[in-house]
Amino acid sequence: MGAIQTTGQTTSKTHPRFFGWRFRRHIPLYLLLLPGLIGLVLFSFYPMYGVVIAFQNFKPLMGIAKSPWVGLYHFQRMFTLPDTWEIFRNTVLIALGKIVFGQLASLILALLLHEVTQARYKRLIQSLTYVLNFLSWVIFGGILLDILLADGLANQFISFFGLSKVPFLTSASLFPFTMIFTDIWKGFGFGAIIYLAALTGVDPNLYEAAAVDGANRWQRMLHINLPGIIPTLVLMACLSLGSVLNAGFEQILILQNPLVLSSGEIIDTFVYKVGLMNYQYSFATAVGLLKGVVGLVLISLSYYLANRFANYRIF
Amino acid sequence: MVRDRTFGSQLFNILNLLLLAVMGLICIIPLLHILAVSFSDRAATIAHLVVLWPIRFNLENYSRILGFDQFRRSFNISVMRVVGGTIIGMLVTVLTAYPLSLRENFMGKSLVRWLLIFSMLFSGGLIPWYLTLKSLHLINNLWGLILPGMVSVWNILIALNFFRSLPVEISEAAEIDGANHLDILFRIYLPLSLPMLATLTLFTAVGHWNAWFDGMVLMADIQKYPLQTYLQSQLQNLSNLTNTVSMDPTLFKYLSERSLRGAQIILTTIPILLLYPFLQRYFIHGLTLGSVKG
Repeated sequence: MGAIQTTGQTTSKTHPRFFGWRFRRHIPLYLLLLPGLIGLVLFSFYPMYGVVIAFQNFKPLMGIAKSPWVGLYHFQRMFTLPDTWEIFRNTVLIALGKIVFGQLASLILALLLHEVTQARYKRLIQSLTYVLNFLSWVIFGGILLDILLADGLANQFISFFGLSKVPFLTSASLFPFTMIFTDIWKGFGFGAIIYLAALTGVDPNLYEAAAVDGANRWQRMLHINLPGIIPTLVLMACLSLGSVLNAGFEQILILQNPLVLSSGEIIDTFVYKVGLMNYQYSFATAVGLLKGVVGLVLISLSYYLANRFANYRIF
Repeated sequence: MVRDRTFGSQLFNILNLLLLAVMGLICIIPLLHILAVSFSDRAATIAHLVVLWPIRFNLENYSRILGFDQFRRSFNISVMRVVGGTIIGMLVTVLTAYPLSLRENFMGKSLVRWLLIFSMLFSGGLIPWYLTLKSLHLINNLWGLILPGMVSVWNILIALNFFRSLPVEISEAAEIDGANHLDILFRIYLPLSLPMLATLTLFTAVGHWNAWFDGMVLMADIQKYPLQTYLQSQLQNLSNLTNTVSMDPTLFKYLSERSLRGAQIILTTIPILLLYPFLQRYFIHGLTLGSVKG
């Protein structure tokens, strides 16, 4: 007690103004925040300032200060290129397919797993379906490049049934579906965790009451468990709105090839190629900025909706 | 759970278990297939005869890959980035989360929070990120793989919510006994947060191990590639492996592009598979941590 009083007195004596006293008392907290703030400024906010080169004709040797300003030139150019619409369309279609069918696959897996009464079997299936999620796209992509090509395991399996070979990775019309399917393949097990957690919250009394009323297992699954996790489904639907422009950069960069660009080029791979392989820094930044701004609106909207309909708060 | 033994229920059970078995197999077969390929000889892999069991089992592919200087160099770079990136990342996470988790208000607290949230909502994009790292001299530099990811807003949010859930009486008592903020954080908060710290550490380490794009963009020469980036360059450029094979006629019988690539894939995956039991133990925990409402 004595210690607190003396510190209180000395600080108020030397720093009569309340504001300064409070600030000084919190100096240790500011020091703790410092490394994180430095990282945030250097690696998040300084690059945000860097988007001004979208309105310049940026030359690396001249820097941002001396490069000439060109206003909205790059944006005008973007909208006159026929490729732009194609790329935005590809991005949204692949991303929406992944969201819709991915959530569906995770939901189904969770409902089925929840019906398993043998705990060991359930854990085994969980271990098997989660493992791909922890592999990088280089690893899983490398495996896919082996098994999805013409002579690969998948086509051997298909020809075993007398069907003709499927050009999973080399047909422009199939490529988006291959991207959607392989992404779900990698992630649906992990995505099921959140639904499984929600299922444990379903009141078991409801389940027993339905059984007493004569509902069979299938009916109980559809009419008790499924409605029980609708709130989680609503939350996931709201949050996924923010990823409508993320079609899966790493996956597509690895699996893409020149044959499928008309349906497989997405915003992120386009920005990478134009910017870092062709050195059109300003144009690529402009495309990325457009994506970033639309993404900002979508993510904000998704958090707003998640908060409104599912009581979700990030902070 | 109701246990009924009617015929319909048993049938449902059997169909359910079968369906789940198919799903589990679909997920594990790709790995088993590559594993079998990596142990097989050249003739079998080139003719695509291997399915799930190696044909003419041999370890030549593995000894060949482990003998590549570049594979070992890249492995070391990956280990360094995982260790450095995880330590720095976790340190920044707990240091940032602690002040924000306190009930006490200080000037700028909500500003810092909004800065963190905003950095999650919007980013400058790939090109400004690259130009920033270039101007900070982080190109062709191991620190370029470690530092840019040091602030993970998601990790900070999880740590922050966890710290908030700790009983406030303990830190108050420590404060009366003369403990400063560092004492409270490192001697009270962190020992009480071990499950959360284990979860975040594992996820951060796996993230660093799996990262490859930054290595590809930031490292100018292949000598400095981390392992995943090196593997990616091998996938794009198969001729490298073929050349090394054709130069060495004694090994020609065993090695093929496919089996060498398979061995590389398996070797790069092993660290993750070793961590997998721990990941599994903690990740459900981690996910529920993330959903704690503030």
